[in-house]
Amino acid sequence: MKFTFDGRPYEARRGDTLAAALIRNGVHLMGRSFKYHRPRGVLAAGAEEPNALVEIDRGGARRTPNLRATVVEVFDGMVARSQNRTPSLRFDVGAVNDLLAPFLPPGFYYKTFMWPIGAWAKLYEPLIRRAAGLGRAPDLPDTDRYTQRFAHCDVLVIGAGPAGLAAAAEAAAAGMRVMLCDEQAEFGGSLLSDPAAAAGLHETLAALFANPRATMLCRTTAFGIYGDNLVGLAERVTDHLPDPDPALPRERLWQVRAKRIVVAAGAIERPLVFPGNDRPGIMLGDAARIFATRYGANPGRNAVVVTACDTGADVARDLAASGVRIARVIDLREGFRVTGTSGRLRVSFIGIERGGAREKIPCDLVAMCGGWTPSIHLYSQARGKPRFDAALGAFVPDTEVSNLICVGACAGDMPGAYRAGIAPVSSEGRAFVDFQNDVTAKDLELATREGFRSIEHVKRYTTTGMATDQGKTSNINALGIVAGALGATIPEIGLTTFRTPYTPVTFGTLAGHSRGDLFDPVRTTPMHQLAVAAGAVFEDVGTWKRARYFPRAAEDMHMAVARECRMVRDSVGMFDATTLGEIEVVGADAAEFMNRVYINAWTRLAPGRCRYGVMLGENGFVMDDGVVGRLAPDRFHVTTTTGGAARVLAAMEDYRQTEWPELRVWLTSVSEQWAVIAVQGPRAREALLPLVDGLDISAAVMPHMSVVEGTFLGIEMRLFRVSFSGEMGFEVNVPADYGHAAWEAISARVGACQGGLYGTEAMHVLRAEKGFIIVGQETDGTATPDDVGLAWAIGKAKPDFIGKRSLTRSGMSGPRRQLVGLRTDDPATVLEEGAQITATTDDNRPLGHVTSAYGGATVGHSIALAMIESGRDRLGATLQVRMPGRAIAVRVTAPVFYDPEGARLDA
Amino acid sequence: MDRFSLARLLRQGFSGHSGWGAQWRAPEAPLAAYDVVIVGGGGHGLATAYYLAREHNIRRVAVIERGWIGGGNTGRNTTIIRSNYLMPESAGLYDHSMKLWRTLSRELNYNVMYSPRGVMMLAHNVHDVQVSMRHIHANRLAGVDNEWLTPAQAKAFCPPLNIGGDLRYPVLGAALQRRGGTARHDAVAWGFARAASALGVDIIQNCAVTGLARDAAGAISGVETTRGNIATRKVGVVAAGHTSVVMGMAGVRLPLESYPLQALVSEPVKPAFPCVVMSNTIHAYISQSDKGEMVIGAGTDAYVSYSQTGGLHIATQTLDAICELVPQFRRLRMLRNWGGIVDLSPDRSPILSKTDVPGLYVNCGWGTGGFKATPGSGNLFAHTVAHDEPHPINAPFSLARFDTGRLIDEAAAAAVAH
Repeated sequence: MKFTFDGRPYEARRGDTLAAALIRNGVHLMGRSFKYHRPRGVLAAGAEEPNALVEIDRGGARRTPNLRATVVEVFDGMVARSQNRTPSLRFDVGAVNDLLAPFLPPGFYYKTFMWPIGAWAKLYEPLIRRAAGLGRAPDLPDTDRYTQRFAHCDVLVIGAGPAGLAAAAEAAAAGMRVMLCDEQAEFGGSLLSDPAAAAGLHETLAALFANPRATMLCRTTAFGIYGDNLVGLAERVTDHLPDPDPALPRERLWQVRAKRIVVAAGAIERPLVFPGNDRPGIMLGDAARIFATRYGANPGRNAVVVTACDTGADVARDLAASGVRIARVIDLREGFRVTGTSGRLRVSFIGIERGGAREKIPCDLVAMCGGWTPSIHLYSQARGKPRFDAALGAFVPDTEVSNLICVGACAGDMPGAYRAGIAPVSSEGRAFVDFQNDVTAKDLELATREGFRSIEHVKRYTTTGMATDQGKTSNINALGIVAGALGATIPEIGLTTFRTPYTPVTFGTLAGHSRGDLFDPVRTTPMHQLAVAAGAVFEDVGTWKRARYFPRAAEDMHMAVARECRMVRDSVGMFDATTLGEIEVVGADAAEFMNRVYINAWTRLAPGRCRYGVMLGENGFVMDDGVVGRLAPDRFHVTTTTGGAARVLAAMEDYRQTEWPELRVWLTSVSEQWAVIAVQGPRAREALLPLVDGLDISAAVMPHMSVVEGTFLGIEMRLFRVSFSGEMGFEVNVPADYGHAAWEAISARVGACQGGLYGTEAMHVLRAEKGFIIVGQETDGTATPDDVGLAWAIGKAKPDFIGKRSLTRSGMSGPRRQLVGLRTDDPATVLEEGAQITATTDDNRPLGHVTSAYGGATVGHSIALAMIESGRDRLGATLQVRMPGRAIAVRVTAPVFYDPEGARLDA
Repeated sequence: MDRFSLARLLRQGFSGHSGWGAQWRAPEAPLAAYDVVIVGGGGHGLATAYYLAREHNIRRVAVIERGWIGGGNTGRNTTIIRSNYLMPESAGLYDHSMKLWRTLSRELNYNVMYSPRGVMMLAHNVHDVQVSMRHIHANRLAGVDNEWLTPAQAKAFCPPLNIGGDLRYPVLGAALQRRGGTARHDAVAWGFARAASALGVDIIQNCAVTGLARDAAGAISGVETTRGNIATRKVGVVAAGHTSVVMGMAGVRLPLESYPLQALVSEPVKPAFPCVVMSNTIHAYISQSDKGEMVIGAGTDAYVSYSQTGGLHIATQTLDAICELVPQFRRLRMLRNWGGIVDLSPDRSPILSKTDVPGLYVNCGWGTGGFKATPGSGNLFAHTVAHDEPHPINAPFSLARFDTGRLIDEAAAAAVAH
């Protein structure tokens, strides 16, 4: 396989990670650190890698920054680039920071850049921002797809090393539904770098793959454990393929609900802290062994192994077996100290000292064995409380977590000889603890001197453990150094929180299919296609698409709306009201329930009659409104606002179930069951009459605010005589499946009566001319019924209703903002909604604001509704609407501009 | 207090930084008596202590913190600063804070990295536009900057923003406050702590309050803590989500509900997002930190809880929204996801108030937006404690408003759609 790195071509073997392939090609310089731009090679061989971060460019939008070269699998033709360097990885001008390092201690930015005022954001911050960051963000919209799956299993095993495989095999043999996931491309974990284990591994895997009840997921990271054993898995599906099938997603999010979780996440080796421990060629002992044995990529020819435990001997043995010369094994337990290293782009010498005797050993590889840290991230996320194991020098699981166990190395179960304790630190010079963020042992000590004594403070002040590896290799070393500096024990210093995710998860994976029209369900009414065909312009109202207006040739919105309004006033218009919420309230106590929920009195509303209902929140402010029809003594057909439908039902259910369980009443959302067509205008009755199968809909039998059940061309129908336009009006409810047909039938009749369609904008104008409020436009969660002129609706004799007690509070009366109308001197001037109103142009104290403003299509002048302090006392007064650089004088009027007597409603 | 400066940084650089001392004094235990005890060592509590000492010359002050200072919501929020609130009372309160932000680094001699890079709030439907315009008109009259941008202007101000036709909820425009921006949250806590400590304030960490002592007349006489009892006549409680618990010790019930609120950051990348963008309708906000991480937040979890970890679905919904607004960020990766507990009042406005208990004061209810108010909140609360009387700016934010019904409802901004 061929690939390029920074434009130079190389060859790789099947199964190589990018890091392994580069090492085999003799490339050890793979990245630059975050702060000082120091040249870096790999530290690790897995997901904990802090240094070797690269960009993979698959062309176009498919460019991904900050990937770990130790995890990226090479495919034929791969284009990889280093990052955070200018102009090249070998010669990076950013490395000037390294020369300035003595003046850039932790938190240096808190101590300077304060002069002059304002210069931070204009001068210093842009410089710092350019220097910071790692890779380049993609600049084109991602063209890849991501999917999501939900799954259940008896046992989810996380990690397919020896412990995880054993657990999975046993659970599968017992007949359980098992899921086994591992972040690597192959199952086996540490067994993969042990040639002797190959045969047994193959056999175990063959049995698992053959078991239909086992789900095997490689390249899949368990990144977080959430409530009740919900585990998030991120599966990388195509990143390793040279030419992926376009039908495949790039990544897949699994949300797995597991009866039991077995965490077998293994352990991560710790680096040693000594001066110059960050040069390319200095890496973890286990990493060196993995590159040599698993990938056949010897990371050096001449190695020095520095160790704090017996791991070093095993590493030296395996490296030697792979043909690496072992120049020396330095066992720190024997009193040695590392004094420093040299080599600019690759280590060339390591200096050691014991009892005053100093020595420089030439080498091109230094393997560090600083002990092992169990990966307790997931255990901790599941609310497990770890304890500190001094012999191991790390935290291990302690308290039990229900239905979750840790096994193997992540449970602290490892050979006694691998127990290094906390390895000794040589903090003179620059001994790095957090490699990516360039935090040294001295930095940590300085932070403690400056009063940062909690590990959370030290972390935030120095940024240790906050790099993209989230401290996987650095946290324990940092804890040891801070504890040493403060003369405290590690448990006293505490442990930082293990936050999700374990390793970074692609935004797209978490978002899945949720883009464009799949971002949120698009709700359309049964008549939607007819509105589309009629040329409607739509608006989003909640999740609904509603027809806003129906422009004819050369009409803008203003012209179309004016025409639609005149049509309703003069003849008849039809309007799709399906989106309103509809709730059926049924039961022997239905009227009592309604009495408690709405401010109105319902007991004496006769079946067949309707009432305009107003609902308050507990604070006494208007929450929702709508017409309610009583179909029978025990049955109400309640309508809500479009946006309030779900909220109103939820509130009703909350009260029904928790406050008044004794009431015999049931609530059913029927919003989806009915298609609702409003037919409004002086010729509405004429338009409908031939369609309602002989039903008497005359004013005498069916007056304003009545409801009747009948049939519409043979279809079940609930017919309401209601009006939101100020004209005589009906609302035809038919089963949703018949909405399309009913709309067509009504449309033909309306057309025959010189009428047509109107949209939400005309509906708004018509109702504003009539002074009808819209909840959410005239009201904003601060208006009482009286404020918006609805005090008449309150059932005065009722003992209680939601919000009643709040209405008695002292601040609910007195000088409150009240609904009024506004007239401008110039009838053509249309005010701006939201504009503020003051008494005079000299006084900036707002008295209120314009809530609705329209040209006033049919009343001959512009109109506005407003909420104004003590507005009803100001009728006739002149106030000022304050606009940028000017003011518009307005006269306060009653809020009803059209047919104030309501004669047209009763026609 | 040793002053921080470039010159001193350079001098220390030559001497191996051996001369830096503790940034604030950290007494192990409190004294037997203080003039004022502040309960809660977050940004608001530390700022209160600082202004008590600085502006009211009350220096025998202790800040009692159960854990480590700045470890709660101060260190968990997404650091957005703005003052373009709807209600005149709110705009006054947050703008008071905004004015302090401008010079705060100099005042504290600690670079809090206030970065007025602009906060843009998107409008996605007709109702959003109406609400935005109402804000803009109200803010202009109150002297608070806030301007309307067309979609094209919004795109020009924030080039990564998607305003294309493929959006489920199109961008119909945006309200921009140019003075809005971000600051470095930890630095705010540490800067106030350092400056307060230098004026004599004692900051006692790992010290939990166990009781509030009252005298025969019912007035506050002391605070009982895990590190001993403290005699004091004035206690200011500034404990965010746990304020109800502390106030309960004095028998004061608060109208607060606590919810988890999550945030997350991406891996750091080179500058790619120049400002703060918020969308209330599709529930997400985003900015890029100086380190390069995309800092992203969302709405609260649906249910009350004291758990600092929220559900996975909240993070996924938030990233749904971010990937809609900035589709090129789909390939970025979530590095860290965390939660905090926010204390919400019935009208979503804070409580900065005296109480019926003489000597007991409370500062809470900041909900999802308290960070931006840190300096102003501390400044006004210090005034309230020092004078036993609220400052005119915070007088409307009294506890009594829940009795009178004179609410300051910022939730009005998110009023229901028609």
